[in-house]
Amino acid sequence: MRKKIFALALSILAIAALAKAAKSGLISIDGSSTVYPITEAVAEEFQKAEKGKTNVTVGISGTGGGFKKFCAGETDISDASRPIKPSEVEACRKNGIEYIELPVAYDGLAVMVNPKNTWVEHMTVKELKKLWEPQAQRKIMKWNRIRAGWPDKEIHLFGPGVDSGTFDYFTEAIVGKAQASRGDFTASEDDNVLVQGIATDALALGFFGVAYYEHNKDKLRLVPIDDQNDENGKGPQEPTYDNVLRGAYQPLSRPIFIYVSKKAAAKPEVERFVRFYLKNGAQLSREVGYIALPAKAYELATKRFDKRMTGSVFSGVKVGVKIEELLKKEGR
Amino acid sequence: MKLGRRLKTRLIEGALFASALSSVLITAGIVGVLIFETAGFFKEVPLWDFLTDTQWTPLFLDKHFGILPLFAGTFLTTVVAMAVALPVGTATAIYLSEYASERVRASVKPALEVLAAVPTVVFGYFALLFVTPLLQRFIPGLSGFNSLSPGIVMGIMIIPIVASLSEDAMHAIPMGLREGAFALGATRLQVATRVVLPGALSGVAAAFILGISRAVGETMVVAIAAGQQPRLTMNPLVPIETVTAYIVQVSLGDTPTGTLEFRTIFAAGMSLFAVTFALNILSFALKKRFREVYE
Repeated sequence: MRKKIFALALSILAIAALAKAAKSGLISIDGSSTVYPITEAVAEEFQKAEKGKTNVTVGISGTGGGFKKFCAGETDISDASRPIKPSEVEACRKNGIEYIELPVAYDGLAVMVNPKNTWVEHMTVKELKKLWEPQAQRKIMKWNRIRAGWPDKEIHLFGPGVDSGTFDYFTEAIVGKAQASRGDFTASEDDNVLVQGIATDALALGFFGVAYYEHNKDKLRLVPIDDQNDENGKGPQEPTYDNVLRGAYQPLSRPIFIYVSKKAAAKPEVERFVRFYLKNGAQLSREVGYIALPAKAYELATKRFDKRMTGSVFSGVKVGVKIEELLKKEGR
Repeated sequence: MKLGRRLKTRLIEGALFASALSSVLITAGIVGVLIFETAGFFKEVPLWDFLTDTQWTPLFLDKHFGILPLFAGTFLTTVVAMAVALPVGTATAIYLSEYASERVRASVKPALEVLAAVPTVVFGYFALLFVTPLLQRFIPGLSGFNSLSPGIVMGIMIIPIVASLSEDAMHAIPMGLREGAFALGATRLQVATRVVLPGALSGVAAAFILGISRAVGETMVVAIAAGQQPRLTMNPLVPIETVTAYIVQVSLGDTPTGTLEFRTIFAAGMSLFAVTFALNILSFALKKRFREVYE
């Protein structure tokens, strides 16, 4: 009997010791599926550099979903493809969560069709609005309703769901009001589902971050967008690196962010991660297909993190932020 | 000593009774939660709108709460699945029961078990990545997400259920009936279709209803391969959304608990439960009506 008790106690001690040893640092990140490719790339490199001392988990609940968890104190960092909303600012304030807003890259929101689609060579912002506004629900169902001369065939629409920052941004930029969209399309926060949907359907049209296009170039075709504003560059523009950088791809160019909880930043592994992110963000965001901010922007972001400056300078800002304005805001 | 033994027996009896009671209580609990949340839902959405509105857009700005589009999706996938499972399943059962030698039976039955053991998520990806591209070669207008492909795969998935239960029902028919028919000069096919099948009708009908219930409640295959676009249509070539896929979509998302949008899950779940419950009652009634008891 005594032997049994001794063996049991020993095994409990062993398990406890193992558990303590296995308890490495854990950073939990959730949010935008648009920012996900960059954060995931950074996390991979970071975990390699840390040699397994720290684990980083990255979820894709969508920008809105990520903020809900972030403001409830469940995550350390929130990926966001749009600035934090006033209602989310309030939710964080209520729970005592202070956040440090850090832009990490620039995204050109891409509109895509299937390669077999032979009739679309460009679209105007007005046409996109006609297609996606709430009044289009059940009315604009065929291609020839958007533009005469296009086929009399059904449109199959694909886009991010209501928890997605990409959805918020697209509706605000195209329709004029965030979340104002028709409801009869395939909505998914998982961009890979959207890629699959558009790539296998000749009548499909959809929108999501340009990085997902970069990785599926053979399955999708980009639609150049014309905002009919010659100041931004004449005619239809594609979301190429240069077009986004010089502000020609409007109104669908936008900065994407990470929001770091001030409380979490006190943890040494989180601080190391954020610094690693800002240091390598430029190169890694280019690798995954996004547009890196100018080096100065990353410097300013790092300074912001050093000083632990909380609050948002982008919240409520007008759509169509160009890189210069972004830099100006950072300096404040 | 005698008292101790009596107590022990009573305790064991009590424990076994509690286990049996627990399943009743759990079912009651589930139904209770469904009813409670659904009642909350119907306080804000009129039942008439729920049953007759032709759009389902509870998460968007212009909210519509008509369940018909989701049920149209479920209906489409179920019909396709049954078109595959019922004929093939019944034919398999007839073959195994009336024609197959012991050797064939010994190898086909385990193969059916294996088919039943494949995880549904595997079936889902099979539908999305193999069946859909294959069908797109023959049906050029087929969308990547549609109800034809998951319907066919669900049918394949349900064949073992229909075959197994039907075969059991046919096996229960006494040999004497068959021998009598053979003695009168009937062929094997005549015996199978005119003697055995009618005799086993209650069991076969029960198998059919179970297969339908399975198809209606199937979640994984349709969530992966059928799409997430609720629409009221009878066209199997376009993206749709089933009731089950919608429940998954919202449950895995971040709709806050207690909101109307969240309660749509319960309303959808309740209607699904009502349908499968009705199917169960139907199966019970059919069994009772057609049941033939043999000495």
